Amino acid sequence: MSYEIVIGIETHAQLSTVSKIFSGASTAFGAAPNTQASAVDIALPGVLPVPNRGAVDRAIRFGLAVGGTINRRSVFARKNYFYPDLPKGYQISQYEIPVVQGGSVTIATGAGERQVRLTRAHLEEDAGKSLHEGLPRELGEVTGIDLNRAGTPLLEIVSEPDMRSAEEAVAYAKALHSLVTWIGICDGDMQEGNFRCDANVSVRRAGEPLGTRCEIKNLNSFRFLAQAIDYEARRQVELIEDGGRVVQQTRLYDPDRNETRPMRSKEDAQDYRYFPDPDLPPLTIDDAWIERARAALPELPAAMRARLVAQHGISDYDAAQLTASRELVDYYDAVSKALPATHAASHKIVANFVLGEFAAARNRDAIPVRASPVPPEELAELLRRITDGTLSRKMAKDVFDEMWSEGRNVSVQLTGVEMTALSGTVDAIIGRRGLRQTSDPGAIETLAGQVIAANPAIVAEFRAGKEKAFNALVGQVMKASQGKADPAQVNAILRRMLSLLSS
Amino acid sequence: MSFSPDDVARLARLARIDLDADAARDVRGKLDAIFALIDALQSIDTAGVEPMAHAQDLVLPLRDDTVTAGDCRELYQAQAPAVAGGLYLVPKVLE
Amino acid sequence: MTAAPHQGAYHAATIGELARALRGREISSVELAQQALTRIGESQAALNAFITVDAESALIEARRADAVLARGDAGPLTGIPIAHKDVLMTAGLRTTCASRMLEHFVAPYDAHVVARLRDAGTVLVGKTNMDEFAMGSSSETSHFGPVRNPWSAACVPGGSSGGSAAAVAAGLLAATTGTDTGGSIRQPAALTGVCGLKPTYGVCSRYGLVAFASSLDTPGPFARTAEDCALLLNAMAGHDERDCTSIDRPREDYLRVLRAPATARPLAGVRIGLPREYFADGLERDVAGAVDAALAELRALGATTVDIDLPMVRHAVAVYYVIAPAEASSNLSRFDGVRYGHRAAQYADLTDMYCRTRAEGFGAEVKRRILVGTYVLSHGYYDAYYLKAQQVRRLIARDFLRAFGECDVIAGPTAPTCAFRIGAKADDPVQMYLNDIFTIAANLTGMPAISIPCAFTHDGLPIGLQLQGNHFDEARLLDVAHRFQQATDWHRRTPAGFVA
Repeated sequence: MSYEIVIGIETHAQLSTVSKIFSGASTAFGAAPNTQASAVDIALPGVLPVPNRGAVDRAIRFGLAVGGTINRRSVFARKNYFYPDLPKGYQISQYEIPVVQGGSVTIATGAGERQVRLTRAHLEEDAGKSLHEGLPRELGEVTGIDLNRAGTPLLEIVSEPDMRSAEEAVAYAKALHSLVTWIGICDGDMQEGNFRCDANVSVRRAGEPLGTRCEIKNLNSFRFLAQAIDYEARRQVELIEDGGRVVQQTRLYDPDRNETRPMRSKEDAQDYRYFPDPDLPPLTIDDAWIERARAALPELPAAMRARLVAQHGISDYDAAQLTASRELVDYYDAVSKALPATHAASHKIVANFVLGEFAAARNRDAIPVRASPVPPEELAELLRRITDGTLSRKMAKDVFDEMWSEGRNVSVQLTGVEMTALSGTVDAIIGRRGLRQTSDPGAIETLAGQVIAANPAIVAEFRAGKEKAFNALVGQVMKASQGKADPAQVNAILRRMLSLLSS
Repeated sequence: MSFSPDDVARLARLARIDLDADAARDVRGKLDAIFALIDALQSIDTAGVEPMAHAQDLVLPLRDDTVTAGDCRELYQAQAPAVAGGLYLVPKVLE
Repeated sequence: MTAAPHQGAYHAATIGELARALRGREISSVELAQQALTRIGESQAALNAFITVDAESALIEARRADAVLARGDAGPLTGIPIAHKDVLMTAGLRTTCASRMLEHFVAPYDAHVVARLRDAGTVLVGKTNMDEFAMGSSSETSHFGPVRNPWSAACVPGGSSGGSAAAVAAGLLAATTGTDTGGSIRQPAALTGVCGLKPTYGVCSRYGLVAFASSLDTPGPFARTAEDCALLLNAMAGHDERDCTSIDRPREDYLRVLRAPATARPLAGVRIGLPREYFADGLERDVAGAVDAALAELRALGATTVDIDLPMVRHAVAVYYVIAPAEASSNLSRFDGVRYGHRAAQYADLTDMYCRTRAEGFGAEVKRRILVGTYVLSHGYYDAYYLKAQQVRRLIARDFLRAFGECDVIAGPTAPTCAFRIGAKADDPVQMYLNDIFTIAANLTGMPAISIPCAFTHDGLPIGLQLQGNHFDEARLLDVAHRFQQATDWHRRTPAGFVA
């Protein structure tokens, strides 16, 4: 009897405003406890919330980017419950009328592209942080509350239960992550907790109505998301097969044990007693604001991908890879712009290098694009030395490796130094290692002649029709030139000289 | 409308207020009286009437996204019941 | 009862009289403050109108005011001693809301209206007693003991702003502030024979007013005269960007109409609406008689009266006792013993800490209202109670808007009875709630209303006349009240026994 897994995902994306959603305190990460918690954030008696225009603007941009409806009138509501990191004893959220309704996200799966529909997206405030471990022993069994995070703006994005596998769920989470960072509304740093996904998982036999779902929390990586879904689906199927019933509950994922277990502190079926917040009149968004937001939206990934293929002549596969991340395509763009447009293949070379050597170095050293030790202008310099014949592709890779490690050393020793001030790095390395590619035909002819004379057996094989023998000869010339000879020239010159040999 | 002891106990739990037996009994009686007053609303025809959540028809003003509040921890924590290392302390919460 | 003779030069003086004396150098701010502090000290045992008195800060502020007066920079409120209801935040000074929950809480900031009155030069002498968290109509539920009516120590002064009303009635101060959520300024004004104004919702900022019912709470002034109320309102009113329900409109001088010279028929052209629902049977006889006499006086001043209908207003109390507790139950959740205020000394775990802290910190009436509010918002009951009440609220508002097409001002008694004995209604919440039967509608609609003294019962207890206006029409209300006070002297009466 086969079961179908039904998955919906709720994502809390922290919006990238500098101040909180209802107060003027800073949202910067890493401050000492409770130093970024204003009177409003700690809910002193008598204080009142005032909403942040920047948070609303980001919600509008999201709604437009997913093709949803922006509600011209939406309402802030109070969600009432007691928890020490929730100072007012209620969270200001949106309930009946959210700011965004509907929309969809395109995901790429093994079976091709499909759409995951969104139910809604709404604005709300984050709670503070509870620290359960690491407190001095003499304090006893206590939890420490830090309200720096309380009041940070969140966009809660709710998907329809459209996903049918952990793979689809991860594809959705990644696509959503890419989108919110792409349009610049969220920094997307899952380590800092500003992009959090909860999964709603249920199972059913084909044709049956939806089963009872469980909400899984504490999934702070895509890998955990997949693992938790798989575990939970298995657990529910086993439970049903054993004659049991799935109980609706909230469960925590434990990555160490790779299992989910019920959360102790959450009562089942909490009564949140939602009602419209009397301190906040309804939020009104006019057409002019929506149009301003639409005009300020960057070109979205799908459109940019098509444009790169059409205008830059790169492959759809490469374009898809580049547009997976805003940072990455911005880097690609910066490199492209710094290269003179004269060379027809320049975009292809840039794409090739960015997706090749650049990606490899970043993966190897686990460095995000924004922390790249090689700034785009420097990479453009390097690629120019390929297109102008100074360096072969292989030589360029060596130079790049040196630029990368040199840049990392510099950035370690001199934090804050403008990386773009290190101009001339490429040429400096070329000069220092004498890497200039030899294109001088005379020099190559001399080397070719020496190789031909020293390898009569290989020459004979070539003349007998073995093309492989030719490659061996090319290799020999390259070796003799210490890798500096221009391979295209070596090819041409060797062929000419071999054809001139009297048979 | 008549409140049972269970009703009162559930409300007290939701509101996080301890009620001993006497207090609970007293509250039950008073709640019954209060709801006798309130239940009169049920007979009023309100079909199609928009609820009035605010006294005035106001537009929600918004503030610019700038940092305007600084570090007031010392001032606000001066009267806190229990703090250590800048953190507010509460009995340990089990997840 | 005959009026007490004027004793002491500045006892029971108006703000205007005090301001003239200060500017004329007859008395200094410091002397005025000292006199007020002495009167307050002497009356405290009998009245219990104050929770906190701060002589030291008052004298510092008074000295500052004297310097301003000496420079010739004084405004109409410079050097005037004032007290604020203890539900308003006053920076550096204890603010308790008359509750054990905040018994030792020192406010870290000023409420907006407090700051504006401070900037206008008033001298803060202390915080007045009230019903706990502003929930009540008698000032009996205070953790610091009940307030007594200066006209009769066995009687309540009304509530919840009983201390502020009593302080003015007893001649301790010429100016105090209160807050009005269901009648908490107007009803105590009526029961103590002073003027109390509830402005239009949103005219005075709620920032720093410890929230009870957010869509109803309104700060406002107490004084001896309507003219004084206008003076205080001029300072208190104004947009505050920290309060999203604060109205942003051009500044208004609430005294401007009052300055027009007296004429024989100053209220000619004013139509006074008399709701049939306010004059039904069941009104205490003295109250009915007093209001009739006041209406006759208003007609003599040129006003006409017209009967109006407000059919939905009889549901106002029920609507209020759904909405106010609902909002309160949520607003009071922040009192949990975590960041400030009372925390229980013993508890087994977090939930226990919450439950004991709130059981110990809140009095019985506050707990009842929190439970009522929790219930009407809870799952399955929200539509039947909360939503229903908000719909009836709109029907009530429609009645009033329609009525203001037929009249300019609505008049009637402020309260159904005069001051009742302490303890008489404490055990019957519904009886207590019915004290607000005439005042509640103005909070539901957000419209302004004022209570002015208009007579005494044959036992010598004050009776108040309430005037209600349309949104932003407080200037007209103040003018009608002012003309009445130019033609009568009820507002000049003071109780015997509270003399400097």
